[in-house]
Amino acid sequence: MTIDDAPAVTYPGAHAPARDRTVVSHGVRLAVHEWGDEAAPPVVLAHGGFDFGRTYDVFAPMLAAGGWRVVVWDQRGHGDSQHAHLYSWETDLRDAVSVLNSLGPHPVGPVPVVGHSKGGAVMVQLAGSLPHRVRRIVNIDGLPTRRNWPDVPDHQRTKMFAGELAGWLDHRRRGHEVVRRPGTIDELAERRGRMNPRLAPEWLRYLVTMGARHDEDGWRWKIDPIMRLGGFGPWRPEWAMARLPGLSMPLLAVIGLQPEAMGWTTQPDDLLPNLPPGARLEVFEDAGHFVHIEQPARVAELVLDFLGEPA
Amino acid sequence: MLGHNKVDLALHHLRDGLDGGGGRPLLHLHGLGERSPEVVPARLAHWPGPVWALDLTGHGASTVPAGGGYSAELLMADADIALASLGEATVYGRGLGGYVALLIAGGRPELVRGAVIDDGPGLIGGGTEPGTPFVLPEPFTVTGPPDPYALLELSSDVRPPDYATTFARQAATLSGLDVAVAVASVNRPVWLAAVAQEPGVRSMSAVDALALFAAV
Repeated sequence: MTIDDAPAVTYPGAHAPARDRTVVSHGVRLAVHEWGDEAAPPVVLAHGGFDFGRTYDVFAPMLAAGGWRVVVWDQRGHGDSQHAHLYSWETDLRDAVSVLNSLGPHPVGPVPVVGHSKGGAVMVQLAGSLPHRVRRIVNIDGLPTRRNWPDVPDHQRTKMFAGELAGWLDHRRRGHEVVRRPGTIDELAERRGRMNPRLAPEWLRYLVTMGARHDEDGWRWKIDPIMRLGGFGPWRPEWAMARLPGLSMPLLAVIGLQPEAMGWTTQPDDLLPNLPPGARLEVFEDAGHFVHIEQPARVAELVLDFLGEPA
Repeated sequence: MLGHNKVDLALHHLRDGLDGGGGRPLLHLHGLGERSPEVVPARLAHWPGPVWALDLTGHGASTVPAGGGYSAELLMADADIALASLGEATVYGRGLGGYVALLIAGGRPELVRGAVIDDGPGLIGGGTEPGTPFVLPEPFTVTGPPDPYALLELSSDVRPPDYATTFARQAATLSGLDVAVAVASVNRPVWLAAVAQEPGVRSMSAVDALALFAAV
């Protein structure tokens, strides 16, 4: 049973969305959150893997204050969206289109999009697949460049891969019974902090009250427990980067150089040869993967400047 | 029915072992868009042990999920759910099922006693690297099985040769078998041509391969 109480965790500058609504995408219910005037021109934001829309509670209101209707959706299995049967890159792309289609009477003209981490890479693929739907694109530390595998000899790699594979298959076997471990707000914040050591404890505590639900035995992240960090597959990071040079709309790429567990270690030299004509690259030496959470005002200022007058 | 997360998988018992029931099971995996056969196919007829056939997610009597999200790796986990029920088995796959047989041979080398890759729908896959990206503009009307999302997503799944050979190498090194994977298909897409060159992989007819694996 979920305990329905309003936790008194606040964070400076964090604002709940002005509107919450639901979009059904290919049979899956997605939670959509909006900040700003409903009649203002829309900008659509995509969050990263293992995040959720409300991680934009500080950043989105800043864009809304610049005159935009800011629209964020919880990706399937994340936040308040439905836990789906299956998950893939393809389904996230289709869900992005469903959210675009929900912005007004069909067909909706091209809109600016912003994506962080995996959400950034999804938006790059959206812009490459459906260029007529995307007016401008902001990518916040969302361009992977290399495998996260250390450089090890082949026979050792086979063993490592075997362990990873067996672990994943074991997890799938337990799939119907796995649940996330409950805890107090502090415990969940502390666990998340191990993955995000650069983020303020008060922010992580705030995130728990948005991204977790309060069951009788404690707080649990809402994300579908079948999802795991890491994993494997034929996909290669350089394939995402390969989409970049061909983009036809203006691009702003923002990267943070401080290394961390969830980051993608992308350096300016990885990006520069792949930027489409006229693209802007903004490098934050003093921020990690979550640039817009560490330095929301500076990133919002850059994004508002790049987007221009709301139109 | 076996549970794989939110999906129910239909595992069909096609027949008992030839001499009264026992022996190692053979697991049949169908091709893309197909379903499990109702009777044992001719080239599997001499298998001495019991014969089982699995309907993959979105196919046959298994659950059709909402809105797609398929991958060959997910189907490998389908096959693993069947192995959790059957124990050690030899795996025979047609087309897409053949690719899945290779993956599970690498993923569970201690349980798969030989994998046979045969011709069938979905053998080729979507090439060695991603093609021009395509996003479905409107939802499919699902009248399946087979699920149209499965047909779309599993006909364009990327199969780099060095990815496929990782599974072959793993099956060969960790299974302890001299031959871990048999390539019986006439068609040899790039991933399969690479797999066929690996140590521990041999090209032979499906009948010969099953005779070989029945003897280990």
